[in-house]
Amino acid sequence: MAKAVQKTGISQAERHPALAGRNASAAHVTLSVLEPAERVSLRAPEASLAALSKALGLTLPKKPKTSASKDGRFALWLGPDEWLVIDEAAGDPLGDCGKVKQLHSAVGVSHRNVAIGVTGPGVEATLSAGCPQDLSLTAFPVGACSRTIFGKVEVVLYRTAEDTFRVECWRSFSDYVFTFLSEAARDAAA
Amino acid sequence: MLLIRCPYCEEERPELEFRNAGEAHIARPTDIAAISDDDFEKFFFIRANPKGIIYERWRHVHGCARFFNAVRDTVSDKFVMTYKAGEPKPSKLPGVSK
Repeated sequence: MAKAVQKTGISQAERHPALAGRNASAAHVTLSVLEPAERVSLRAPEASLAALSKALGLTLPKKPKTSASKDGRFALWLGPDEWLVIDEAAGDPLGDCGKVKQLHSAVGVSHRNVAIGVTGPGVEATLSAGCPQDLSLTAFPVGACSRTIFGKVEVVLYRTAEDTFRVECWRSFSDYVFTFLSEAARDAAA
Repeated sequence: MLLIRCPYCEEERPELEFRNAGEAHIARPTDIAAISDDDFEKFFFIRANPKGIIYERWRHVHGCARFFNAVRDTVSDKFVMTYKAGEPKPSKLPGVSK
């Protein structure tokens, strides 16, 4: 790379992912920066849901705070006509939505978001340090998801297992969220 | 912290997820250029500001992002009920004597 730059005289930008190399672990909680994924912000009326579900290969959930997942692809209910579709399996959800003729709006937000995995027996205590929602298993079961607030930042929470949450935040806020989470993890009891 | 029931999320959520958006049930005039300045002032600036029951718009901005209407008591700060945007003003309020 360096040689090529010298030769052509063109400087090339290097991409540094947000939070690259960051990780933190405390007694009861481990934080990890999750792999980049394809993400789509999807808005659609009721009439388009069947076609979109077929194209995406999973049934878009209609109940508040629920999600659907299939083969590394998740659809999280955010609002009555809004979903966040995440694909971790190198699929192309934006392209899949593009084939649908029915009215919808699909916006690629892959690089807008950064995902942080929070796992361990102290996960609820860690997230509750900044999130005012009830995150107990009865109120927020496995598979539940919600857009909410964490400290002063809007995040999307998705419970993937009893002791694991996926925290989706905007890239520019990721340093704040990660630092807040690692501070909270230090204090979290199981 | 207040818990506010979002009619779209169908559950109570902490107040930090919400924003107040002013008085509810204020219809914009269909031909706003035709109304007099006095009428415009009434529509645009004058609000009821009652002591007691008030009808307000709220937005679940850090949640489902939807606007909805809420009935609130300005004295006790308690929410009486919430209902979806576009629904008529409720005629009977639960737990309110008058």
